Amino acid sequence: MNENTTNDPIIICEDVHKWFDDFHVLKGITTTFKKGERAVICGPSGSGKSTFIRTINRLEEHQRGTIIVDGIELSNDLRNINLIRQEVGMVFQQFNLFPHLTNIKNITLGPIQVRKMSKKAAEEAALALLERMDIADQAYKYPSEVSGGQQQRVAIARALAMEPKIMLFDEPTSALDPEMISEVLDVMRELAHSGMTMLVVTHEMGFAREVADRVMFFDEGVVVEEAAPADFFDNPQHDRTKLFISQTLQH
Amino acid sequence: MQQDSANIPFWRDIRILKILFQVLFIIGIILLALFLYTNMLQGLDDQETELSWDFLFSEAGFDIEEGTYSDPSEEENDSDPSDENLKGFWIGIVNTLRESIEFDPSDTNLKAFWIGIVNTLRVSIVGIFCATIIGFLFGIARLSSNWLISRIAAVYVEIFRNTPLLLQILFWYPLILVLPNVRESINFFDSIFINQRGVFLPSAEPAEGFNTWMWYLLSGIILAILVVIGFAVFRYLSRSRELQQTDRPSFVSNLIFSAKWTAAPIILIVPFLAWFLTPDAPLELSRPELQKFNFVGGIDLTPEFTALLIGLTVYTSAFIAEVVRAGIQSVVKGQREAARSVGLKESQVLRLVVIPQAIQVIVPPLTSQYLNLAKNSSLGIFIAFPDLFQIGKIIIGQTGQSVPTFAMIMTCYLIVSLTTSAFMNWYNRRITRFDSSS
Amino acid sequence: MEDNTLTQEIKPPDTSKGPVRWLRDNLFSTWYNTILTCLGLVFLFLFFKGFLTWVFTQANWRVIPANLQILMIGPFPIEQVWRIGIVFCTLLTLLGLSAGIWRGIVLQMAIAIVGVCLLLLLIPLDVVKEAENTSATLEFNLNIFYLIFIKRIWLLGGLVLLVGTFFIGRKKDGLKKWIIGGWILSFPWTMIMLHGFGENTISTTNWGGLLLTLLLAAVGIVACFPLGVLLALGRRSQLPAIRWVSTVYIETIRGVPLITILFMGSLLLPIFMPGDFQLDTVIRAMVALTLFSSAYMAENVRGGLQAVPSGQVEAAQAVGLSYSKTMIFIVLPQAIRAVIPAIVGQSIALLKDTSLVFIIGLIELMGIRKSILGNQDWTGLHAEVSIFIAVIYFVFSYSMSIVSQEIEEDLGVGNN
Repeated sequence: MNENTTNDPIIICEDVHKWFDDFHVLKGITTTFKKGERAVICGPSGSGKSTFIRTINRLEEHQRGTIIVDGIELSNDLRNINLIRQEVGMVFQQFNLFPHLTNIKNITLGPIQVRKMSKKAAEEAALALLERMDIADQAYKYPSEVSGGQQQRVAIARALAMEPKIMLFDEPTSALDPEMISEVLDVMRELAHSGMTMLVVTHEMGFAREVADRVMFFDEGVVVEEAAPADFFDNPQHDRTKLFISQTLQH
Repeated sequence: MQQDSANIPFWRDIRILKILFQVLFIIGIILLALFLYTNMLQGLDDQETELSWDFLFSEAGFDIEEGTYSDPSEEENDSDPSDENLKGFWIGIVNTLRESIEFDPSDTNLKAFWIGIVNTLRVSIVGIFCATIIGFLFGIARLSSNWLISRIAAVYVEIFRNTPLLLQILFWYPLILVLPNVRESINFFDSIFINQRGVFLPSAEPAEGFNTWMWYLLSGIILAILVVIGFAVFRYLSRSRELQQTDRPSFVSNLIFSAKWTAAPIILIVPFLAWFLTPDAPLELSRPELQKFNFVGGIDLTPEFTALLIGLTVYTSAFIAEVVRAGIQSVVKGQREAARSVGLKESQVLRLVVIPQAIQVIVPPLTSQYLNLAKNSSLGIFIAFPDLFQIGKIIIGQTGQSVPTFAMIMTCYLIVSLTTSAFMNWYNRRITRFDSSS
Repeated sequence: MEDNTLTQEIKPPDTSKGPVRWLRDNLFSTWYNTILTCLGLVFLFLFFKGFLTWVFTQANWRVIPANLQILMIGPFPIEQVWRIGIVFCTLLTLLGLSAGIWRGIVLQMAIAIVGVCLLLLLIPLDVVKEAENTSATLEFNLNIFYLIFIKRIWLLGGLVLLVGTFFIGRKKDGLKKWIIGGWILSFPWTMIMLHGFGENTISTTNWGGLLLTLLLAAVGIVACFPLGVLLALGRRSQLPAIRWVSTVYIETIRGVPLITILFMGSLLLPIFMPGDFQLDTVIRAMVALTLFSSAYMAENVRGGLQAVPSGQVEAAQAVGLSYSKTMIFIVLPQAIRAVIPAIVGQSIALLKDTSLVFIIGLIELMGIRKSILGNQDWTGLHAEVSIFIAVIYFVFSYSMSIVSQEIEEDLGVGNN
């Protein structure tokens, strides 16, 4: 447990189900994340881990069960969805930066259009964030003009600019060249120490061991095992978990 | 359980909003339609016309000079005496077909409309045929390594692509009208005559052996179909034993495959075989012959038809040339080199690698050019070519039934274009499946 | 230009070896190429012999200078030409500023327009006409000066403004919003200027010639844009009712010839509208062209929408943007940029299609052609008039297609 974790729950999931047509992706996920908690979610591809964190900001709609984020229930209520998307920031595997906007405009678009900040204030905040990400000199370039690692850091800054309470990371380093992974992980580590609630889908086990409060292992739409990283890696309970850990650590 | 939806006010519930929005939209559309409909009733009332389809069956009262078949035996000059002797099922069919495009002012408006459809199809099909040939020639010429030839092709394409089709048609039409008169026709081998009344071509007319020949032909075609199906079934059954469930090609693709390899040769060979088997000649050549005022016999293309055909062909061929050029260029150089490095000869590279891939790229835009040509044939109205549109306009002028006539015109065009786009969707799906499986 | 590169792809010319080598490589490389070259030369010789003989001995070109004014502006009252001049200068000023600020595509368009204007400025067609009436050489020279520079003062002024404002635009980046506003206002401004008000009203029946052709094409392509975008979004909507209505509209319009739409405008509109509803013929043609080209625009834009990855929408949603803001700020800018060449292609098609409106009685270039040929003095000169009009269409449409090719290349480079 780290010093930032509190006992206030911020995300409550109860029996969350999701189908893609006939394919049952999530088979009843029940879990709670606390404010300031850092959870790492891992599992083989197709296990539903990405789908799960995408339901938390309603990029995917769950069909059964309840998800409550910061006291707001995710339902078909239009207002709630918009509120939650402002509370939850998301970082994608493919960065998904807007290629027709400069890096700084990528970051200020949300604050100006959604949070109704003034252009000047938004730009100042954006520059501060870029400074924090160590890429202030790339502010006025286009995404295509900077490296993958830098793009992902701009994407993190874009999510942070909305001042979210929760950050979701969907395999943030999977699309990166090996030498760029560490610069993104550094930023995420720094973010973790600042007390942000983070849900990270990743295969970076070193990062999980070092930063996470909890590791969750997904397989075939259910949480097979969840534990503190030390227990998870050194003393896995389930066979599937053992297999997965041995396969992942071999790489 | 998900939160009870009763707790969400309906103006914020996405599901309800979606339905509400659509319902409002549909109501809006219906209101608009109602508004137009009541206006139409009022408008028709003011014009003292009643909305009905009866006009279709009333006498047309106008003549159509174009594309109608006039039976030579009805006119004073006694032509082929053998006509009387021709009997049999297929001769009957040919005669029925001919009757279907006979027209005189006492026929109904519906018949007139039909003649319009036939004329539109006639000029479109001939136009598509000519434009494809010329377009492919110029498209390939543009890629020629011969500088002069590729320049000539480029100039042709750019000139005819960048000027309006209407202007081109109106340019050709008067040029035909200043051709020599009938007596001084431009004469090719006594078979083709060109003069200010149009172009006169020889045609093939059914003769003694026609009926027998057609029966042979029909049996040949049925035989071909049976062979194709048999081959496909055989191939399907034998392949499905070899291959796994997922790799197994569908029955339809087997059918297409075997059609490609067996049907085409059969269909090419059968007519000639049948020709030899028939004791009398099935067809005879009918040449245009100069009578008192004009040529008689053969096929007669009016100046309007000719001008429209030239315009459509030249304009569309410029676009087809571009399509062909882009298609061939899209088959990347690398692939040719790869094929050559495998040891294929230049001609094999062209036949096995470049053409199949280029065809895939070419077919969709080519089809839309065909569709454009068919739609553009409506420009015949500017030179009084009696196509679907022109005849529709005459009918409206005579009966005042603008709404139903327009509905019919639009339906005709829509049938053609929607069928074409259905074909395109099918084709694109087939191509993408082909791509993903290979 | 582009054809050289094409032939290069197949066989790179050896530029270092001199003209003889070039001839051998490009014209006489093989025996069949030699035959093709000879056939080509024979064809060219026969064609040019026939065509040039006609052009210089048989054709009566006086019909062009005599009717130049009516070809350009139709029966627009000549003493009111300053209205067109002002509109022309306004548009060129806006274009110059935009070219200075945005460069790229806009700059290429501006250059194309400068080219067309220079052509118009330097071809002294009306000089020929005047030359016939004047005998004294001195007077003639003065006349040339008068004709080239005074009569074309608007053309000249527009060019100067275009070039001048280009350099202003380069310096002032902050003008962007004003210029966009200017473009939006330029449309009503053009209409008001051309139509006039009060006593000096010029009826739309006096609009004609090239002026009307360009006006119709511009209105068609600009006005169809919002409708086309809405239809494209509608066709990709998740709501079935909206998707179906959009699809039916698009497919119906694209399935029938433009003439049908134009005729519906003139024959059916009076029936479908309330009794006393009257619509000016020019406006009617504009509405018909807009409705027609919006379906094609929708398909172009839809192609662009399909090219935008779904991750873009997800990222925008994750930031909290609403559907409309996601479309306006994220999806549409990318989608439209990807299909600019297709949109230019559609503009070319529309420019050519405007020739059909003469069937509902408008006197754009084709209508003017008919009225010239109907004049006893000029009967039988259809080839001369047609060729001249073809040249006008060609200049506009070919320069647009060159711009479009360059945009395509630019986009290709940008994507890499």
